[in-house]
Amino acid sequence: MSQVEKPTVVPLEHPRESLLREERLPHIWCSGCGIGTALNCFIGALERSGLPLDKVAIVSGIGCTGRAAGYIKLDSFHTTHGRAIPFATGLRLANPELKVVIFSGDGDLIAIGGNHFIHAARRNIDMTVICVNNFNYGMTGGQAGPTTPAMAKTATSPYGNSEHPFNLPYLAAASGAVYVARWTTLHVRRLERALTEALLKEGFSFVEVISPCPTYFDRMNRLGEGLDMMKFYRESSEIAHGLDPRKADIDLGGKIIVGKFIDIEKPTYLDFQQEIQARMEGEPS
Amino acid sequence: MKRLEVKLAGFGGQGIILAGQIIGQAAVLFDQKNAVLTQSYGPESRGGACSADLVISEEEILHPLVIKPQVMVVMSQEAHDRYASELAEGGMLLADADLVPLLARRTKKRALLAIPATRLAEEVGRRIVANMVMLGSFTALTGAISVEAMKRSILSLVPKGTEGLNLQAFERGYECGKRLAADRRERSIEAEA
Amino acid sequence: MGRKKSPVSEGILKGEFFMSGDIACAEGALSAGCRFFAGYPITPATEIAERMAERMPQLGGVYIQMEDEIASMNAVLGASWGGLRAMTATSGPGFSLMMENLGLGIMTETPCVLVNVQRGGPSTGLPTLVGQGDMMQARWGTHGVYEIIALSPSSPQEFFDLTVRAFNLAEKYRIPVLVMADEVVGHMTERVVIPEEVPYFPRRKPNFPPGDYSSFQPGEDLIPPMANAGEGYHIHVTGLTHDERGYPVTDEITQERLVRRLVEKIRGYKKDIIILEEKGVEGAEVVVCSYGISARVGLWAVELARREGIKAGMLRLLTVWPFPQERIREVASKVKAFVVPEINYGQIALEVERSTGGRAEVIPISHMGGGLYEPEDILKAIRKAAR
Repeated sequence: MSQVEKPTVVPLEHPRESLLREERLPHIWCSGCGIGTALNCFIGALERSGLPLDKVAIVSGIGCTGRAAGYIKLDSFHTTHGRAIPFATGLRLANPELKVVIFSGDGDLIAIGGNHFIHAARRNIDMTVICVNNFNYGMTGGQAGPTTPAMAKTATSPYGNSEHPFNLPYLAAASGAVYVARWTTLHVRRLERALTEALLKEGFSFVEVISPCPTYFDRMNRLGEGLDMMKFYRESSEIAHGLDPRKADIDLGGKIIVGKFIDIEKPTYLDFQQEIQARMEGEPS
Repeated sequence: MKRLEVKLAGFGGQGIILAGQIIGQAAVLFDQKNAVLTQSYGPESRGGACSADLVISEEEILHPLVIKPQVMVVMSQEAHDRYASELAEGGMLLADADLVPLLARRTKKRALLAIPATRLAEEVGRRIVANMVMLGSFTALTGAISVEAMKRSILSLVPKGTEGLNLQAFERGYECGKRLAADRRERSIEAEA
Repeated sequence: MGRKKSPVSEGILKGEFFMSGDIACAEGALSAGCRFFAGYPITPATEIAERMAERMPQLGGVYIQMEDEIASMNAVLGASWGGLRAMTATSGPGFSLMMENLGLGIMTETPCVLVNVQRGGPSTGLPTLVGQGDMMQARWGTHGVYEIIALSPSSPQEFFDLTVRAFNLAEKYRIPVLVMADEVVGHMTERVVIPEEVPYFPRRKPNFPPGDYSSFQPGEDLIPPMANAGEGYHIHVTGLTHDERGYPVTDEITQERLVRRLVEKIRGYKKDIIILEEKGVEGAEVVVCSYGISARVGLWAVELARREGIKAGMLRLLTVWPFPQERIREVASKVKAFVVPEINYGQIALEVERSTGGRAEVIPISHMGGGLYEPEDILKAIRKAAR
């Protein structure tokens, strides 16, 4: 009998184990979906940011992306549909030590939660909003949403969508966000860097992550599977840092402008509160 | 003292609500009586008609709203025309004579008293304190609240630096009210004689 | 107390005041330790928001005006998990918008206080005038199976006291507590005595370190302790049906275990939660059962009836939900009838009727809103019932 060398056993460990609730895995996302990639980049960004992790809270709404809060091993809140931002507003103001991150989808943040989104940006509440945009409602079976491109087919626009979509960087910038970037799930390093910057930015920072939805949107529009979408992103993405975000519209099958569009300074809600507090203390009562 | 219902009415900016607060607070905090103040709300109270209702009692006040006012203080013709008919039998209506030129007809059952409040307020310095003049007359004619309590209440509620002016106006109204009360007594003695 | 300026330059008020109900509510909240208010202007609750906007910065607390009542309710839930005692105040239309996330508060067992200064409805209805039409909405307004706590004040003093109590019940039972006031109680100004100290039930904190903490593992009393965000416990909180770790488990067994506990943690403590005020109920033939401003007028009618020699009593509900059906049933077996005045078309009257189990007649007195009863309206019903 010959001596067989025992193979080295490499324990199976997810590289992001320390920040995942392992007992919750496997996750619910379809194969080829980009949400996992976005989450992976976010966890990488969290580690790079050096933020104290006990003081980071994740808030999400409802939908495929909304489930992310359930997989991250941090204080995490899975709220009602569209309401992640106002919930996060209360959380952040009640405990200014917390870094509050909203991780949710386009339907949740921009349709049912659209009003909260623009007002939080206007107030410049200190929070990072990460919006995974897959152009439709995945959780409920691929219906049209606020970012569905015109003429795109979905479960509720079977003959083509007769609405214009929101251009999210433009919406965020016009509403008052101090940091606005967009990347696709192909651009993992750039996305991770953008998320790190957003996490460290004071004020309302916004990162849009363009993501495939192979099960619904991509299939219904004959865009291919997950890998096809990566190829598509490589061919049709155009990096344009500092571009006026109003020029960042997305058409079905057209080019996708990515990059960092806005990075400005302005007082946050808490800055104003502190100024008021200082004035009150300075005044004789 | 049993339940006394008072309605103060005029237009926004005259200090009608403030006058109601002064009476109510005087009753509650300084005379150890009970009082409830309510006021009309709505678009019409901004710049237009404005009223404050008070219930004052030594007993527990159960119904908080004025049902049939026994005393009415009116500081505009509109308020007079709108509310005068609601005055209870045996009730008393005090009107700012300068702002309510047309008083309802006096009857045996209801006393209608004209107080030259705006003129007296101008005499002490500013017509804005006409409400304090009316409060002075109210205090003298109803006896519902003590003079001391009213003065303390005024001091705690009027803007700082205007206390003297407001108190002076109150005093003038009080004197005027006392004279009217004396006249009424004389007249009623004459009527009996 | 003066509206323009007040002797409150520092800290919590103490002593005797001539104060409106809305202001008393705000001061009650502050006395109870509330340091977060999110709201949206709405008559007749706006004065609470205005008072909070003035007072919170003085006390180092947070006032924020949100974009709507949906956002307000959510911000309050978020602030509670951030570690502050939090509340919002609204009226009918805003109350409707808050229903969605009142449910989130119940499901996630988030202590907070929601005040409804009721006005006439439905819809925009009577913004400046009184109503009591939201009592059933308070009980059943958010979807699903649950139990709720709702208190109802009859005076500014009680608006203060019950707001304090609402905060304590919220922490004790980990639930949003409703204070169901009305326009008259909110806007009327009356004597309010603020005590040196008010009762304080602190948050139930986990007595073990982070790492082995299941966010929703209840103690024997059915109520789990609560770690706030930022304390290192890495809690997970979801509106989905969840297990003791807080993780979504959307099946029949988990639903049964969770939702039954959410209901039982309130029903099992009705003795602690319910407060009733009874006057002359023992030996009475007719009992007026009411709450809020209607109860005040009802008591006058009871006194007038007694002067006429009618054996009338008053049973006032300071706690409306959970409903005191046991006590109503007990009284029902000894009286001829209940008279139930309320400013709606019969809401709590139905609950009284259900509770009597047919042992006594129930006479609802309805009013569509916009004003109060006169005592005579109720007295007539008492006379008729006594015959």
